Amino acid sequence: MPFLSLKFNLQKRVKLAQGLWMLYWLAVIVGIILFSLGIFFKIELRKRSEIMDNNESHLVPNLLILVGMLSCGLNAFGGKLCHDSLDPQKFSKMKPMLRPYMLLCCGFNVLLLLLVLLSFLMQFAVYLTLAEGLKNAIRFYKDTDTPGRCFMKRTLDMTQIEFRCCGNNNFRDWFEVQWISNRYLDMSNDVVKDRVLSNVEGKYLMDSVPFSCCNPGSPRPCIQHHLTNNSAHYDYDHRTEELNIWNRGCRQAVFSYYSGIMNSIGALLIFTIVLEVRLRPHCRSQSVTCVLKGTELDSQTTVTYRNHFALPFFFWNFILFPLRLIAVSMQQKRKQWREIHILLVEKQELL
Amino acid sequence: MALLKMKFSQQRRVRLAQGLWLLSWLAVMCGAFIFCLGVYLKIELLRRDEVMEDTDIHAVPNLLMLVGLASIGANWVASRVCQDSLDASRFPRWKVLLLGWYAVAVLLCCLLLAVVVLSYALQGRLEESLKVGLRNGIRFYKDTDVPGRCFQKETIDRLQMEFRCCGNNNFKDWFEIQWVSNRYLDFTSQEVKDRIRSNVDGRYLLDGVPFSCCNPASPRPCLQNQLTDSRAHYNYEYQSEELNLYSRGCRQALTDYYMGLMNSTGPGVLSVILIQLSVLLSMRYLQTAVDGAMALESPEGESEGYILEKDVKATYAEVKAKALDLLKFAQVDPASEVAGAEEGEKAAEASAKAATPPPAS
Repeated sequence: MPFLSLKFNLQKRVKLAQGLWMLYWLAVIVGIILFSLGIFFKIELRKRSEIMDNNESHLVPNLLILVGMLSCGLNAFGGKLCHDSLDPQKFSKMKPMLRPYMLLCCGFNVLLLLLVLLSFLMQFAVYLTLAEGLKNAIRFYKDTDTPGRCFMKRTLDMTQIEFRCCGNNNFRDWFEVQWISNRYLDMSNDVVKDRVLSNVEGKYLMDSVPFSCCNPGSPRPCIQHHLTNNSAHYDYDHRTEELNIWNRGCRQAVFSYYSGIMNSIGALLIFTIVLEVRLRPHCRSQSVTCVLKGTELDSQTTVTYRNHFALPFFFWNFILFPLRLIAVSMQQKRKQWREIHILLVEKQELL
Repeated sequence: MALLKMKFSQQRRVRLAQGLWLLSWLAVMCGAFIFCLGVYLKIELLRRDEVMEDTDIHAVPNLLMLVGLASIGANWVASRVCQDSLDASRFPRWKVLLLGWYAVAVLLCCLLLAVVVLSYALQGRLEESLKVGLRNGIRFYKDTDVPGRCFQKETIDRLQMEFRCCGNNNFKDWFEIQWVSNRYLDFTSQEVKDRIRSNVDGRYLLDGVPFSCCNPASPRPCLQNQLTDSRAHYNYEYQSEELNLYSRGCRQALTDYYMGLMNSTGPGVLSVILIQLSVLLSMRYLQTAVDGAMALESPEGESEGYILEKDVKATYAEVKAKALDLLKFAQVDPASEVAGAEEGEKAAEASAKAATPPPAS
């Protein structure tokens, strides 16, 4: 008892072939999109690996690149298979490859499902890595003379400017860390000595933030220093001031960016799975029911001027004119098969 | 003696038609590319609209968009002509259109060349426009409560951060204007009063810059205020400090950016010109070869293709003669003109004689 069997006459088969051709090329394009999305995600992770402690997992983008390449290859082969299924000579050559191809496609679908799960679950890992990485980045902000951490300041400044955020949870994270290097502190100054002596670890703490926390949309020039001291600035109340510096924490900002990317990857993968699942049963029925035994097709198809363009059509952009190609060849083949069918019927009557 | 004659067998004609069909679709893609390039350039110019005084430079993207659209249309027509060229019944209807098509193709190539020339020639105008626009932007930086200028501060801040520049020519431009609004100045403070009295216009000038001038690559936290005073900060030397702020002026940065954009599109535009010219030449060969084939007794035989039927001088003389003929046709014939003038005079005299007696009486 065949699984999901459908009846197909010639007309239906032709329409099916046309539709399948388009679907296969759509699947190849989706494969290319997945591949480029994987590369994009990998580059984005590498760009900010410094604020993630160089500890981030590249599992999802690597798998995505693999899946993209596999998808292109499998679907291009499948498209060729579908196209050849209408020509009995070529099809008989392809027949032995059909079963292993179907098995490979099933394995590919399982891989896609796994990747969908990963792209939603790995977001937790990204969140945790970000939290730890940002905490260290703020601590090492001042170490511009320590090898291995020279560019932490620049990276963190650029991140805060780009993502419009300040600190880990909010701007008060900067109050708890010494972010000015001792090289630029005048230790003979009384103010400096007071601040250093005011806490157990001898850190120079202040209620100020770096310039990259400033919000350009504020109507007044940025107030960076003495943020909690209302009397230090004219017409300033730190409890009601909202636009001066960014309110959001960088962990939240960067995480929502990455989770957006991973969610759209997951959505695209689900679309790909649906596409693949729809393609398999149709192509199988198309190729299996379309075998005409013992017939020789007339190899001399028409010599209209349009056929001169068959070769450029084939090598040109498949997306532009595949239907036209199939339609032209289908019309001729349909006529011939009708003649053959009549001949067969007559033969049977004679017998 | 035809110009650049070549022999075309049926096989070669078919190959030429196929090749030209592919080439014309490639030219359609190139036209679309030119159009997208124009759109991209226009969007980039519009984004920085607020710091540009006039819009002369917009001629370059406008021309690119126009040429892109025209090129798509013309090359699509070329591909249709190709498809019909091997069918003797359908080709003759394109004959008249082809002359017009050649003119359009030559015009497109000339316009593309003009775009390349313009993009270099308008650099001076762009710099002037940016100079005035940025000067106004810096002057109105503090006016965040004046309608129409509320967002000047945000625009300038984002511009300085994105293009890594400070001020118009350099950061000292900020020392010459008041960029802190009066709303945030405490006029009872002695320091504020001193600064305002120190200059004729009563402006609050300081040797400080906004935060958007800060360079994140500096090893020390940004110094924004009292920049010229080496004693105000520990371990700071005003003359030798390089990394603290951006050293480039925004006018230079923006000019470099736009010139870079337009220069990088130069090779692309030149290759599109080459493709368009090759489509033009191939079309001419195809037209003459197919015409020649249709005139033969056996259409499958060999025919000749050429660019011009006679050589350049003879063709020029022929075109000139045709043009003069047209002009002569428009002019009235001299002999009949004289006869007509005499008749006209006689008629005028007769009517004058008829007209004069009544007033005399």
